[in-house]
Amino acid sequence: MTTEFKVIGTKPIRPDVIDKVMGRAIFAPDIMISGLLHGKILRSPYAHARILSIDTSAAEALPGVYAVITSKDLPQTPADNAELKYSRDNFLAGEKVLYEGHPIAAVAADSIHTAEDAIKLIRINYEILTPIMDMREAMKENSPKLHENIRLKSLGQDNGRPGNISLHVQHILGDPEKGFAEADEIVDREFTTTMVHQGYLEAQSSTVLWNPDGNLTVWTTTQGAFSVQSEISRILDISLSKIRVIPTEVGGAFGSKLRIYIEPVVVLLSKFANRPVKITMTQSEVLKATGPTPGTIMRVKMGAKRNGKITSATAELYFEAGAFPGSTAGGSPRLIFTEYDIPNGQVDAFEVLVNKTHVGAYRAPGDVQVTYSMEQVVDELAQKVNMDPIDFRLINVAHEGSISISGTIHKKIGAQQVLEAVKNHPHYKSPLKEANMGRGVAFGYWPNNGRDSSCIINVNSDGSVTLVTGSVDLSGTRLTIAMQAAEVLGISVDQVKSSVGDTSSIGYTGSSGGSRTTFATGLAAIQAAKDVINQMSIRAASLLNVPVSEITFERGFFTTSTSSSAKLSFSELAGKLNQTGGPITGKGNVSPSSWGAGFACHIADVEVDPETGKVSILRYTAIQDVGKAVHPTLVEGQMQGAVVQGIGWALWEGLFYDTQGRMLNSNRLDYKIATFVDIPHIETELIEVPSPFHPFGVRGVAEPAFVPPTATIANAVADALGKRIYSLPMTPEKILRTMDVID
Amino acid sequence: MSKKKVSAKINGQPVEFLCEPRQSLLECLRDVIGITGTKESCNDGNCGACSVLLNGRLVNSCLVFGVEVEGREITTIEGLADWQGLHPIQQIFLDRNVVQCGYCIPGIIIATKALLDREANPSEERIRSWLSGNLCRCTGYDKIVGAVKEAAVILAKEKGV
Repeated sequence: MTTEFKVIGTKPIRPDVIDKVMGRAIFAPDIMISGLLHGKILRSPYAHARILSIDTSAAEALPGVYAVITSKDLPQTPADNAELKYSRDNFLAGEKVLYEGHPIAAVAADSIHTAEDAIKLIRINYEILTPIMDMREAMKENSPKLHENIRLKSLGQDNGRPGNISLHVQHILGDPEKGFAEADEIVDREFTTTMVHQGYLEAQSSTVLWNPDGNLTVWTTTQGAFSVQSEISRILDISLSKIRVIPTEVGGAFGSKLRIYIEPVVVLLSKFANRPVKITMTQSEVLKATGPTPGTIMRVKMGAKRNGKITSATAELYFEAGAFPGSTAGGSPRLIFTEYDIPNGQVDAFEVLVNKTHVGAYRAPGDVQVTYSMEQVVDELAQKVNMDPIDFRLINVAHEGSISISGTIHKKIGAQQVLEAVKNHPHYKSPLKEANMGRGVAFGYWPNNGRDSSCIINVNSDGSVTLVTGSVDLSGTRLTIAMQAAEVLGISVDQVKSSVGDTSSIGYTGSSGGSRTTFATGLAAIQAAKDVINQMSIRAASLLNVPVSEITFERGFFTTSTSSSAKLSFSELAGKLNQTGGPITGKGNVSPSSWGAGFACHIADVEVDPETGKVSILRYTAIQDVGKAVHPTLVEGQMQGAVVQGIGWALWEGLFYDTQGRMLNSNRLDYKIATFVDIPHIETELIEVPSPFHPFGVRGVAEPAFVPPTATIANAVADALGKRIYSLPMTPEKILRTMDVID
Repeated sequence: MSKKKVSAKINGQPVEFLCEPRQSLLECLRDVIGITGTKESCNDGNCGACSVLLNGRLVNSCLVFGVEVEGREITTIEGLADWQGLHPIQQIFLDRNVVQCGYCIPGIIIATKALLDREANPSEERIRSWLSGNLCRCTGYDKIVGAVKEAAVILAKEKGV
């Protein structure tokens, strides 16, 4: 392991930001090409209805309209391929609409206003059905079914009965009942959370140019160009080779731009209009019809001995899937309790269909909810055994070799170091006890991720290099990847021109998600840089007339072991490539199978106003094992941003529906996110426990930071009130009710 | 719908454009005139991404009709830098790595300019309150507040305040 870094750990300026401060960066809604038409999607006003007929003739007759499409224009789906049917139905509804905002038809026209006028001319006859908006209702035996063909997949078995529960996953370790029998204290609680939206400012937006030879180009805002390519291919039966996806700058994503919502529709509009077409969703469409994180019902039970040792833990977790199967219910049970070394436990997770938009991923998907519930039970248990909440966690914290209830075996982790840093932090030691004030802590874990990444590095004649990866840059990874290449090449980072490729210019690369990019694509860049050095060593050997085995590369110079005077600098040699065999391209294609998990623990002080129920954040500190911080400012920015999103989830955010399934807050005024005035300065402390799976020790950082905040605020509010609120968001109304100020 | 001719000054240059009475200034800037630095997000005055200066006053350009700017002066993000370099607010946002996705940044820089054009030494509370109409989902606002404080000092020095 290199400990003396030249580039890693410094704070250079991001290369993409000059365009962003000047208004020159091209985000997806900024794409303009010759002959561009504007598209608009007609969406269902009903949460649950059968489509009896669609008449598009008046829309087609409107001057300025170039194309009108419905689900009839999608390829035929084989009857036995339910998964493909669900996917296609979410782009353009087939027989039924399943949520308010479900797309039914789309128009391409010469202006957005003409397109808006045109969709109003489309006539649809509906048979309105009873919407199922609540998981408890949905799970009843006699409840109306969203899909007649969905049967519970329980522990890998199909139970044969149609219903609204689409998945049941279970993990068991040891003997949970025996564990509870050994406990001196047991806490058993139920929690509920609502759907929460990622809340990015740049709406989904895509522009497509379809050519009559069947080739098409897509400019879109996405976390992964290759997944857009494969989804268009799957939905429209088009060969991957005909689809080129060019990712634009991305105006916020947080998991929402892993899945696609409009691209196949825009492809069809472009095809039938024979012109380029752009669709940009409105914020109302984004809130109603993209994929928020699921609402939950979570029952968590934990037992501990008087000495603080947890003996058993169980959880029953229900996740809203929305209108179609597929949610975090499959993965979340692997995330709960994983922070701790617990000998016995059981986790059951269920996925439930309701007439809401199909859920998606939001930053540490599913982990925020399960940690919100678990960390409050942990806090209550610590109180019952009369222990400091950090000491209680330190007794139970997972270490290298600990096995979680779902079977995760921890590698080298910084969990204990993070908790010790909290205990020693001035914030934690500072006094706080005025009326209506409270302090909370919470601990969290995110596994991070590996997956496929590609990188190429071309050497320029002046010793600078160009670097291309397939990783969409959400907030600085062009730089953090280039820094890793520069470290290996022994050059300064401003000698690396780093850019994001499209699907035609770079090898397959998985989406930027799971906090994998700086880690995995960094590994690809390191491999590509080493490839460059190996190839250049051969050239150096021929120029210095020595066998290549005698060439070493150190501190920017190719030297020989036989002669101390014979050496070539990286840039000198770069200038001689055309005399020694031609250009050099280094390549890196990786698929790491191991990566380092991230742990974070947060401290919050809050004050509750007993008259209004308003919660003010007085002080907030985030402490996290970040592996090696490649760029400490960017790491800190990830932590601060995650905290503020988490505060919003804890106190204000949620998608709210009436009984008919109409969203009550589908705009930026009523979907309240944190503003400049709602939050204080967020303090950070970076703990660096290097990951053993990366030569520089890099771990993912963006998601671990988002796991503790909701639980931290919930524990702080409970401390302030002396009572606990078992649901999110903790609105002033709920707080006043808990304080018995209102009924 | 018949179009109206509008004459205005954008970033110091006289501009004439045709727009429908229903088109917002934001739409005119982006789709009619073709400068896309001003961003669209909520389109109902609640996020500040489309902030511009109208005769020096901070406005959400989505809430102003294109036809209303007849004879007036508009400053957008494109009007802040010249070939010699960035505006000090842009420079400090760049140097301090405050930006994450960058989508809210043009609006926040314009709103910051509107504040610092009026007040040389705003307090942190004043900065947070002034910018509370500009949403950012990525940064947690922390580093932006720090950069605005630094920009205030630099601009005050430049003006000799």
